[in-house]
Amino acid sequence: MQESIKAAPSGEVLLQMEGIEKVFPGVHALNNCRFELKRGEVHALVGENGAGKSTLMKVLTGIYKRDGGTILYKGQEINLNSPEEAQALGIGIIHQELNLMPHLTVAENIFIGREPMRGPFLDKKKANADARKLLNSLNIDIDPDIACNKLSVAKQQMVEIAKALSYDSELLVMDEPSAALTDNEVQELFLFIRDLKARGHAIIYISHRLDELPQISDRITVMRDGQYVNTVNTCDVTKEQIISMMVGRVIYEQPKTKSEVPADAPTILEVKNLVAQNVKNVSFKLKKGEILGFAGLMGAGRTETMRALFGADPKTSGEVLLDGKPVEIHSPVDAVNLGIGYLSEDRKAFGLAVGLSISENCVMANLDDFTSSGFVKRKKVHAVTKEFVDKLSIKTPSVRQLVKNLSGGNQQKVVVAKWLVKDCGILIFDEPTRGIDVGAKSEIYHLMGDLVKMGKSVIMISSELPELLRMSDRLVVMSEGRVTGELDIAEATQEKIMTLATMAMS
Amino acid sequence: MSQQALEKSTAGSSFDWQKLFAPLVMVLLYVFFAIFGNNFFSVESLVNILNASYFIGFMALGVTFVIITGGIDLSLGTTMICGMLIGGLALNWGWNIWAALLLGVAVATLIGLLNGVMIAYLKLPPFIVTLGTQMMGMGFGAIITKVTTMRYTDQSFKHVFYKLGNDPSLGFLRAFPVGIVWLLAIFLIAWVVLNRTKFGRYTFAMGSNYEAARLSGIRTKYWLTLVYTLCGFFCGVAGIFYSAVYTTIIPSTGNGLELLAIAGVVIGGTSMSGGTGSLTGTMIGVFTMSILKTGLMSMGLQGQWQTFMTGLVVVGAVLLDQYRISQANRVKKV
Repeated sequence: MQESIKAAPSGEVLLQMEGIEKVFPGVHALNNCRFELKRGEVHALVGENGAGKSTLMKVLTGIYKRDGGTILYKGQEINLNSPEEAQALGIGIIHQELNLMPHLTVAENIFIGREPMRGPFLDKKKANADARKLLNSLNIDIDPDIACNKLSVAKQQMVEIAKALSYDSELLVMDEPSAALTDNEVQELFLFIRDLKARGHAIIYISHRLDELPQISDRITVMRDGQYVNTVNTCDVTKEQIISMMVGRVIYEQPKTKSEVPADAPTILEVKNLVAQNVKNVSFKLKKGEILGFAGLMGAGRTETMRALFGADPKTSGEVLLDGKPVEIHSPVDAVNLGIGYLSEDRKAFGLAVGLSISENCVMANLDDFTSSGFVKRKKVHAVTKEFVDKLSIKTPSVRQLVKNLSGGNQQKVVVAKWLVKDCGILIFDEPTRGIDVGAKSEIYHLMGDLVKMGKSVIMISSELPELLRMSDRLVVMSEGRVTGELDIAEATQEKIMTLATMAMS
Repeated sequence: MSQQALEKSTAGSSFDWQKLFAPLVMVLLYVFFAIFGNNFFSVESLVNILNASYFIGFMALGVTFVIITGGIDLSLGTTMICGMLIGGLALNWGWNIWAALLLGVAVATLIGLLNGVMIAYLKLPPFIVTLGTQMMGMGFGAIITKVTTMRYTDQSFKHVFYKLGNDPSLGFLRAFPVGIVWLLAIFLIAWVVLNRTKFGRYTFAMGSNYEAARLSGIRTKYWLTLVYTLCGFFCGVAGIFYSAVYTTIIPSTGNGLELLAIAGVVIGGTSMSGGTGSLTGTMIGVFTMSILKTGLMSMGLQGQWQTFMTGLVVVGAVLLDQYRISQANRVKKV
């Protein structure tokens, strides 16, 4: 990856944004922001959630109207009113959420809005042929006639990029393209981006994964609280320097050097020979007060293992022992009653009712304890919620606040509070920091530290190796549905983990 | 199974045998009643089945488009009746029958347009909007006709849309169900529109991911309005056939018919969550309901049995749909 680290290209300036202002009622979202992009450059845009990165990009692509400042594109001032106008000028955007129509085929998605026609009818043959030509030219191996919901997330992303490029886009904005990808897929994406760069495309790359920036970006622009902080050459700065620019303070992210669990800690959970869909004979032990990290590539079967353990998916065979006693878990209800809480990677879809308040969410798994003859004891609910809001330092004006109005980090804490109210002894975190900014991440780490101090035991699935190395006392590595190795934190390195995670067991 | 084989088995090119399930049920029902029903296996019964399919069929075709966008139209039945009441009023004013029918279709189309504008431009939920227009259409038809029953007694128009004629020289062809020719012809046109034109493609696209369609530069508001307008138009056309078959149009009726049409769509395998659907399925669903109706009558079972059994088939169809989705999810992610 060294070869991509080089100084900023000396090419001509393609895009110059200067003094950009954007005010929403009550919020000064962008305050005198600037951004510069050269031809053939990959320029990373970083900042915490709410720093204004997406707003700046929405101003650029015409989704928002700016309240001040100038945008020069190829030396000409532009004033865009819609994404279509941006597209016409060769500015394409790939949004954070996938914007494909899942039921439509790849070709149908690529040519949506400008379908090849034969008279009044669609020309499916030509659409497929053109799509194939486009995909081939980009070295993407996907059948254009397959429905997009049959593709993996990474492939879907490539379809979206292909779609954007089919508009002859010179400038591509990628909003967190790697967030949902495995390490392998990220590498695939980077190869692809380097290829685009070599063809003279300029790319604005928004990401929370600072570790990947040295591999891909030429320059980095940092934003904070709606303001421009700095633009630097990627090769001139360390990750710590970037983080301190982002948060305005220095955060040290040191890996753990040795396990913090006493050697004589009892085994609280043992899983023996668990078999389920995409889970092949998985066994592991969890000690009391331990953070057990689960490493592996996406699709390695980590989430599937936990879901089968939790009773969310059926298991074919296998044994689960709690405190040495075998238990039967057939549904999440069983698991919760045994004191196991599961924090899904997709908080909004599975973990929280975002339209309800903090207190309603907190007692949801345990409402029976808060009712008498069918009526909810509101005072008790609020008192208990208040206790956990304080304990976990959830930032909110009131326990009646709706969860959707909280930041990602605070939402994650509400899920934790929910399981603590239920008095769970074992908490399974599935990608707890996905889509969360650096500041909130470190709060989640502290929270997990506090949890084990309270005597809880934690299983953490994560695709970010530095995070695993920082938090775990022990690591289980999975590949293709099997456990390929177990590492004590003292001996674990990124290289060892990756070796185990990419091990083929067939 | 290798990755390659998985890809093949799920690709659009290979045949989905489960698609044959709905037509199979239809045929089996027909065979069942042919064996156990009294006098069911006859031309007369077949004609009855077809005649019972027209107006529900047209409404179901129209609402299939709406359901594919992920929406719903609860105003189908009363829209149809409202249009025909106003058409009947025009007849009373002395209008030519064809002009009166055209007016009826225009009124229904207008109600569809109203639905579309409220849903697409004012961003109101389809369920509520069409519940509102269902009541408004029902009330408006009654108000404007001063609660008078309208009659479509013109025979020449019935010969065009219902039965070929009563001229003895036509022989057994007198009972020939002309309506089915219309239904099949319009079904074919609708099929081409849904599967071979931009309008159809955008109908699927909006149902699959409305926001993505919008961000792709599709004028979603315009196309969504058009979908509801088309549905209104189909209700108007359904009204023509309703008038031809039943002659009298009674004010303050029509609600409940939309549920039959929607049931037909669901039996046909169109998913209520949008993005997928088939007009062929809808036709099969509608015919299945007609076979049930005629067949149960031939067994001496009355309307309540028909309602019960139709409900059973609807639930069965949704179960099947759910099973298909779970099967499809298993082989996801190539």
